[in-house]
Amino acid sequence: MSIIQFDQVSLRFPRAPRPAVDRVTCQISAGELVVILGPSGCGKTTLLKMVNRLYEPTGGAIYLGGTNIRQLKATKLRQQIGYVIQQSGLFPHMTVADNIAVVPKLLGWSKPQIQMRIDELLHLVRLPPAEYRHRYPAQLSGGQQQRVGIARALAGDPATLLMDEPFGAIDAITRTALLDEILRLQRQLQKTILFVSHDVEEALRLADRIIVMREGQIVQFDTPFKLLTQPADSFVYSLLGADDMVRQLGLLRVSSAMIGLPADYTNGNKPSLSADDSLRDALSLILKTGAQELSVVQDGQPVGLLTLDHIRESALVGDGV
Amino acid sequence: MGFDVGYLTNNFSEVWALLLQHLQMTGLALLVAIALAVPIALLISRFRWLGLPIMGTLGILYTIPSLALIIFLVPLFGLNATSVVVAMVIYTQVILVRNLTVGLNSINPAVIEAARGMGMTAWQRWWRVQVPLVLPVFVAGVRIATIVSIAIATIGAKFNAGGLGKLLFDGIQTNRYDKIWAGSITVALLAFALNALLLWLEKQSNPLRRVKLS
Repeated sequence: MSIIQFDQVSLRFPRAPRPAVDRVTCQISAGELVVILGPSGCGKTTLLKMVNRLYEPTGGAIYLGGTNIRQLKATKLRQQIGYVIQQSGLFPHMTVADNIAVVPKLLGWSKPQIQMRIDELLHLVRLPPAEYRHRYPAQLSGGQQQRVGIARALAGDPATLLMDEPFGAIDAITRTALLDEILRLQRQLQKTILFVSHDVEEALRLADRIIVMREGQIVQFDTPFKLLTQPADSFVYSLLGADDMVRQLGLLRVSSAMIGLPADYTNGNKPSLSADDSLRDALSLILKTGAQELSVVQDGQPVGLLTLDHIRESALVGDGV
Repeated sequence: MGFDVGYLTNNFSEVWALLLQHLQMTGLALLVAIALAVPIALLISRFRWLGLPIMGTLGILYTIPSLALIIFLVPLFGLNATSVVVAMVIYTQVILVRNLTVGLNSINPAVIEAARGMGMTAWQRWWRVQVPLVLPVFVAGVRIATIVSIAIATIGAKFNAGGLGKLLFDGIQTNRYDKIWAGSITVALLAFALNALLLWLEKQSNPLRRVKLS
């Protein structure tokens, strides 16, 4: 399995006043997408790069699927872990196909196997092979380069993926599209993903859970919802902009705030929405229609009612779900 | 005094022998120079602080006139081709090391990090990533070094090293313009030919040569 465990992991660079990573202990479950979030210099990238041993910890141990990674040869370990970095880091002298083929070649796959894998991956990241196989990175847009970067990282079919601010240098629109792609790929492939970001929106959108770091330490490791509603301290609160009610409502589901159907329920042309929609959608619907009450439906059946008061309570207390 | 290719056509085998001698000196000097420049450049790209002292020293050596440099070397290596070849090696170092260092440093660090992160060994990174990326810049350096070497080899005749310079110096001493023509035409042709060959190699070594960048 691809569980990643950090056990009291520290790294102090020579002559640094404080450790870059300081006694980090946590566990990332198989198939989970975890974002490491924090301001620059908080040690998030350092923590990530210890997983594929680009950095070696000065204390503690890291386990991948129960095995201490120090017991593996660094090159063998890295071939088992997909790695995506900022600005893609594609090899400029190789075609898209050759870039993707790097790890399969290192793993000693057969030629036909590698060719099939290249086409499969290009389909997966939505770059038609016929058109893109033989292009060079310089002939691709930034977004396309990063798609190839993701395909390349997936080439050896690793169970674990490390992503170091992969979309840091990409414009907002392309970035949104790529984030959706990651979520789609994740549903499809179920990899264990560790994703470094300094962007709160990106983290909230992607993560199953978020590790919030500050000065080398984990401040809080929780779901986006818990981070927003129960921040560990004022640092987490302000980092996540937890005072942004609209953002918070966007993460809460209607089902968390509605009340059950009253006995005397009549539809009476109330606007309706799904229980899986966000409270932000509900608020928007109330403002748009001017309705006092919304009816909540699931599988075509009304299951509850929602008013503006319910939304407000939920935003203040934030203890739904 | 006028244009005269008589000597060249009548004594073709002699000129050919001198040309081969010239090529031999140039080739040997370049081989030794490259064998030295690659490890030096690798050292500099790994230990940046070495760059200034090494490039400084090579730069100073480069400013010494070639004639003077060879004279310095004669007591060490004798009045023969060795002194001349050593001078050529010293001269071309600054060109080769500088080009290699610039080439290695111009590789995007993200590319090297990706190579490491994907599990390439140092050896695989060198041959599959660094060498192909540095090659065009390196070949450009070799081309310039070759031209410089051909020029210095010409002076080599003064030091008993043979080569096409022999025709020039003999011609000047005996007032034989046909010999001077023969020597200068052949040296020029040699330089042009090698320049063209290396320019072609330089283009071939660029992986993006096949594609038009939009």
